[in-house]
Amino acid sequence: MAEVLVLVDHLEGEIKKSTFELLTAARALGEPSAVVVGAAGTAAKLADVLKEHGAEKIYVAETDSTDFLTPEVGVLASLVEAKDPAAVLIAVSADGKEIAGRLAVRTNSGLLGDVVAVSADGVTHSVFGGAYIAEAKATTAHPVITLRPGSVEIEPAAGAGVEESVPVPASQGRAATVTSREPIVGGDRPELTEASVVVSGGRGVGSADDFQVVEALADSLGAAVGASRAAVDSGYYPHQFQVGQTGKTVSPQLYIALGISGAIQHRAGMQTSKTIIAVNKDAEAPIFEIADFGVVGDLFKVAPQLKDEIAKRKG
Amino acid sequence: MNIVVLVKQVPDTYSERKLNSSDGTLDRDATDAVLDEINERAVEAALQLKEAHDGEVTVLTMGPARATDAIRKALSMGADKAVHLSDEALHGSCAVQTAKALATVLGTVEGGFDLVVAGNEASDGRSAAVPAMVADVLGLPALTHAREVTVDGSTVTVRRETDDGVTHLSAELPAVVSVGEKINEPRYPSFKGIMAAKKKPVVTLSLADAGIDPSEVGLATALSTVASSQPKPPKSGGEKIEDEGDGGAKVAAFLVAQKLI
Ligand SMILES: Cc1cc2nc3c(=O)[nH]c(=O)nc-3n(C[C@H](O)[C@H](O)[C@H](O)COP(=O)(O)OP(=O)(O)OC[C@H]3O[C@@H](n4cnc5c(N)ncnc54)[C@H](O)[C@@H]3O)c2cc1C
Ligand SMILES: Nc1ncnc2c1ncn2[C@@H]1O[C@H](COP(=O)(O)O)[C@@H](O)[C@H]1O
Repeated sequence: MAEVLVLVDHLEGEIKKSTFELLTAARALGEPSAVVVGAAGTAAKLADVLKEHGAEKIYVAETDSTDFLTPEVGVLASLVEAKDPAAVLIAVSADGKEIAGRLAVRTNSGLLGDVVAVSADGVTHSVFGGAYIAEAKATTAHPVITLRPGSVEIEPAAGAGVEESVPVPASQGRAATVTSREPIVGGDRPELTEASVVVSGGRGVGSADDFQVVEALADSLGAAVGASRAAVDSGYYPHQFQVGQTGKTVSPQLYIALGISGAIQHRAGMQTSKTIIAVNKDAEAPIFEIADFGVVGDLFKVAPQLKDEIAKRKG
Repeated sequence: MNIVVLVKQVPDTYSERKLNSSDGTLDRDATDAVLDEINERAVEAALQLKEAHDGEVTVLTMGPARATDAIRKALSMGADKAVHLSDEALHGSCAVQTAKALATVLGTVEGGFDLVVAGNEASDGRSAAVPAMVADVLGLPALTHAREVTVDGSTVTVRRETDDGVTHLSAELPAVVSVGEKINEPRYPSFKGIMAAKKKPVVTLSLADAGIDPSEVGLATALSTVASSQPKPPKSGGEKIEDEGDGGAKVAAFLVAQKLI
C-alpha cells in the first residue's frame, strides 16, 4: 500500500491534536508516515504517541535552522520525490497552509486546501462558511491536502513507527529568518476550534471588564470563549478568539452568542454549529434567523441566570 | 523603494455568494464584486512605506475584465500605476497556476520591485497561501501575516501574528510580505484621489503579452478540480422568546430538553 505523508504539527515538544486527526484520515488513502521536522530530540519525545495513532513510519528531520517554514517544505519535497506517496496531509493553520502551498508549487501537485473530509475518491470542501459543500480532487499524483482541525474523529491504532532519519535540504532561494517567537500561552479553557461548546461575546458586551460575564457562563459549561470582530476591534477580547470569516471557523455542538448582531461575516464562522442560542436586546438582530433558541433581552440579566441554572443542575 | 501590491477582486461578503453549478467555479455574476478588504490594508501598508521611503506603488491583479474596478479603488487610495493580467483562458485556474502566473508577471513590472505586499488570505478562496507560493516560485523570502512591517535600509522585519502566537521575522529585500487584518485602518479615497486615479496608467496584459503559455493556466489543466458542488440548505431559526425575567431559566430548560446539559 502506498505511503501517505503526514506532517507532524508540534510546538515546544507538544504535539497538536490535529496531527492525530491527520493520522486517522490518512488511513483512508494508504499507510500513514509521520514526518517530524524540528530541533534535535523532538522526534524521540513524540514517537510513542505517533505509534499509538497509527504511524507506520516516522521520518525524522532534525535541524537547528532558523529559516522560516522552508525546512519543512524542503523535507516534504524530497520525501515526495523519494517515496512517491499517495498524498501529503497537513493540518490547516497559518503555517500549514503556507507549507502546503509551497510544496504544491515545488512538486507540481494539486493543492486541496481546507478540506473537511478525505476519501480515496477525493476530498470535501465546506465553502463560504458552510453555505456550499463541494467535492474536489487533484489531477496530479501526490496531492497536497490541508485538513481543517476538528473535521475527523480521532481513532487510535497501533502503528509500527519505524524511524528513519532524513536530511534537511538546503533552502532553495532565500528564506526569511525567525529572530524570536512568543507562543500563545493557552489558558485553562478548551481550544476554540476543538471545543464542543463555545460562548461568544460581541460589541453588546460593552467592555473588556464585562467579558467576565461571557467567561463565567463559558466556564460553567466547560466551554471555549469566542468574540465577534467588533468586540476584538474594540479591544474587549484578544484577536486569536475572533470567530468568523476572517477569524476562526467553529462547528461545536452548542454555540451561544451574547450581544452579537449576527452579521453575515460572523455567521460564516459559526453557522454550522449544531445548536445555536442567541441573546440580543434587538428582536430584529439577524442572529435570530439562525438561532435554534433566541432570547430577546439583556445579556447581563440572561447570561448570569443561565449560569446559575447550570450550576444548580450540576449540584 | 518600489512596491508591488497584489490585489484581488472578490464577491462582496455582504451579499450571498454562489458557486457555478456547472464547473464549481465562483459565480462572479451572482454578487457585487469589491476590492477585497484585506487588500485595502495591503495597499495602505504599501502607501505608508512609500511615504516613509519614497518610490512607486504598483498594483497587480489577475482577474476578469471587471477587476478594473478593484484596480481603480487601489489607485484612488494613492497607488501610482497598475498591471492587470486578464485573459479568458485564466478562468478556473488553481492556486498553483495562479501563483506561477503572478510570479511571471511580477518579473515584468516596469521599474522592478523591492517589496511585494499581499493580503494574508483572500475572503473568497481562503487559501492563505498564494503570497508564500509566489515567493517560492521566485526564490524570495516570505514574511506573512504581518501585524507590523518595518523596512530599515535593505532589511525588512515583520511582527507575524497568528493563532499560534507571535513570530518575529527578518529578511533582506527583495521580499514578499502579506498583511493581517489588524495591521492598519485603510484610508478612504479622497475626491482628488478618485479624480487622479482616472488618469493613472493601467497596463492590461493578455497571456501572450505576459509570455505565459495558455496550457499552463485555466480549468482544463488545473491541478485540482471541483467535481460537484451543492448549496447547503440554510439553517432556519427556531423558537424566539422575550425575556420576562426568566430568559436564562428558559434557555437552561431548552438545553436540558436537547440533552445539551
Ligand atoms: C471583510 C470582512 C470580514 C469580517 N470578518 C468578521 C469576522 O471574522 N468575525 C466577525 O464577527 N465579524 C467580521 N466582520 C464584521 C461584521 O460585518 C460585523 O461588523 C461584526 O460581526 C459585528 O459584531 P457584533 O455583532 O459584535 O457588533 P454589532 O453588530 O454592533 O452588534 C452588537 C449587538 O449587541 C446587541 N446588544 C447591545 N447591548 C446588549 C445587551 N446588553 N444585551 C444583549 N444584546 C445587546 C445589539 O442589539 C447588537 O445586535 C467582517 C467584516 C468584513 C467587511
Ligand atoms: N488573482 C490574484 N491576483 C492578485 N493577487 C492575488 C490573486 N490571488 C491571490 N492574490 C493575493 O494573495 C493574497 C492571499 O490570497 P489567497 O492565498 O488566495 O488566500 C490576496 O489577498 C492577494 O493579495
